[in-house]
Amino acid sequence: MPLLEIGSLTVDYPTSRGTIRAVEDVSFSLKKGETLGLAGESGSGKSTLGLSIIRLVPYPGVIVKGHIRIDETDIVKLREHEMRSIRGRKAAYIFQDPMTSLNPVKRIGAHFIELIRTHEPNTGKEEAFERTKTVVENLGILSERINDYPHQFSGGMRQRIMIGLAIALNPDLVIADEPTTALDVIVQAKILDLLESLRKVYGMALILISHDLSIILERCDKIIIMYAGHMLEYVTSIEMHRNPKHPYTQGLLQSIPNIELSDQKLVAIPGSPPDMLNPPKGCRFWPRCSYAKKICRVKEPPLIKVGRNHFVRCFLYGKKGVHVERNRKS
Amino acid sequence: MLSEIVKVEHLKKYFPVQKSFLEQLFTRELSYVKAVDDVAFSIRSGEIFTLAGESGCGKTTAGRVVVRLLEPTSGKIYFNGEDITKLRGEKLRLLRRKMQMIFQDPYASLNPRMKVVDAVGHPLEIHELVKGGEKKKMVLEVLEKVGLTPPEQFVNLYPHQLSGGQRQRVALARSIILKPEFMVADEPVSMIDVSLRSTIIDLMLSFRKELGLTYLFITHDLAVAKYISDKIAIMYLGKIVEMGHKEPLFRNPMHPYTQALLSAIPVPNPERERKRIELAGEVPSAIDIPTGCRFHPRCAYRTDKCSKEEPQLIEVGKGHFVACHLIK
Repeated sequence: MPLLEIGSLTVDYPTSRGTIRAVEDVSFSLKKGETLGLAGESGSGKSTLGLSIIRLVPYPGVIVKGHIRIDETDIVKLREHEMRSIRGRKAAYIFQDPMTSLNPVKRIGAHFIELIRTHEPNTGKEEAFERTKTVVENLGILSERINDYPHQFSGGMRQRIMIGLAIALNPDLVIADEPTTALDVIVQAKILDLLESLRKVYGMALILISHDLSIILERCDKIIIMYAGHMLEYVTSIEMHRNPKHPYTQGLLQSIPNIELSDQKLVAIPGSPPDMLNPPKGCRFWPRCSYAKKICRVKEPPLIKVGRNHFVRCFLYGKKGVHVERNRKS
Repeated sequence: MLSEIVKVEHLKKYFPVQKSFLEQLFTRELSYVKAVDDVAFSIRSGEIFTLAGESGCGKTTAGRVVVRLLEPTSGKIYFNGEDITKLRGEKLRLLRRKMQMIFQDPYASLNPRMKVVDAVGHPLEIHELVKGGEKKKMVLEVLEKVGLTPPEQFVNLYPHQLSGGQRQRVALARSIILKPEFMVADEPVSMIDVSLRSTIIDLMLSFRKELGLTYLFITHDLAVAKYISDKIAIMYLGKIVEMGHKEPLFRNPMHPYTQALLSAIPVPNPERERKRIELAGEVPSAIDIPTGCRFHPRCAYRTDKCSKEEPQLIEVGKGHFVACHLIK
């Protein structure tokens, strides 16, 4: 039984200028202990998708269709007060910006103790304090520092604390939304190592959201490529590296510099991501796709299976399609 | 033309730290953030020279001092052989035609109330190079060069009507309209969507050939640095710790900091074995710089000498310099 199962999830943001469909018809599942990467450019819907899993899509966003089952409970149907027992305990979220996500007038320890005692009211102060110490030490922070305030920590340390707060209640699933975007590479590597080791220790599943495909490829078992609210490809990271199918995925892989290659030639994807108030008809990617055919402009391609653990939303595959690789070199 | 277009020697930029009233009463000496602390490098004409390092290493400050947007605390800056460290007034204004800058955030670097034609043409007006309808004609020309085609469609737009990538193209157009010789590009692609980054990079590379531009490129992203640069200098806490042509530097990094930095960069390959060099602690404050080698508290190879004596940059291979006591 998968830990998380999402089916035809659709999220809208009704605005005064029209409705933005930020996530459309997304389905996937995640087992215990797995790592999934959500990759995409800004506006691709990756954060909205992540936030839907803990039902924190910001106003005016609403889940209009689909289900999100965590341990077989469909959280879309839950009432707000019932969600409280899910957030933190079943699924926790690590936000992008560690600088603004902590309360500046509260000591670090108080953040943890409040969290533990709110969710588990029977926990005594002493016990909560001891648990805080253990978590903080697991983060690689000296336990004396729990009496310090957030401003006394560096950005990397604050992100560690955010991670600690997310795992303090021992959730089954952690969603990390660009956890290292504001950090330098050395700190970034340390934070990602920490997440990986904690994931193993606590046996959690991890969803890593990032625009940086290098990180996703390096750290995740499976990858979802998001574009303009659609899931374009869903594949294991090894298969994506060896055999990317969607023209957008292929384009992304060709546009990121790789430090291990010399004389690399970067190729950009022409055009820019669509205006989400007025997305293109048919396949969302066709205006930027060099393989676009007539059908791509009128009909939305379905997500089809092209291999074991490999799904792609593109008319180039399947019965009527021509294999991309064949005309790739031309 | 001289082969060295820009040269800096013993460049320092210290920012005084504001103290509280009580501290002012009890201490005489001012403390400083030593953002750039004795840096020297030279850039040859047509070259792309990159200053790379983590945030707070002084790379941006160094770039701004070179184009005289900040006054250096001490040291010398030469442009085409001429000492420009103390230039003022009309002479400085004329110099600015030859050196331009492009910034990280295209949302902040363009005036939201200026149309593209005015923003891009503004440098021409400041330098009184155009009359009447000439401005629009020249703006159309550069817009075409930066790939905003057809340019007529863009001239009358305001920045909010453009995407991030288009804005950065406008910023690029504005910086090349005066036909400069030298450009400082401070993280020009770090805020651009991944799929569009390489278009901006390729534009910059094409201007090097077409317009004979020389770049000082500033970035924290070593993968981008490796792609674009000829030479790279790695900075740590205000100092260059290693500098050289990119091939030897990436193939054989000598400084322990460079080695750790390179090993931390994510590689888009899930099948590769990761060999990470761990670094203890974090970058110390630039107010309170460690004695001797400023990297020694985090270095796995430190000796007694490292905490006492500051290592100098020494040449270890052709044009490859390292500042480390380990290297003899």
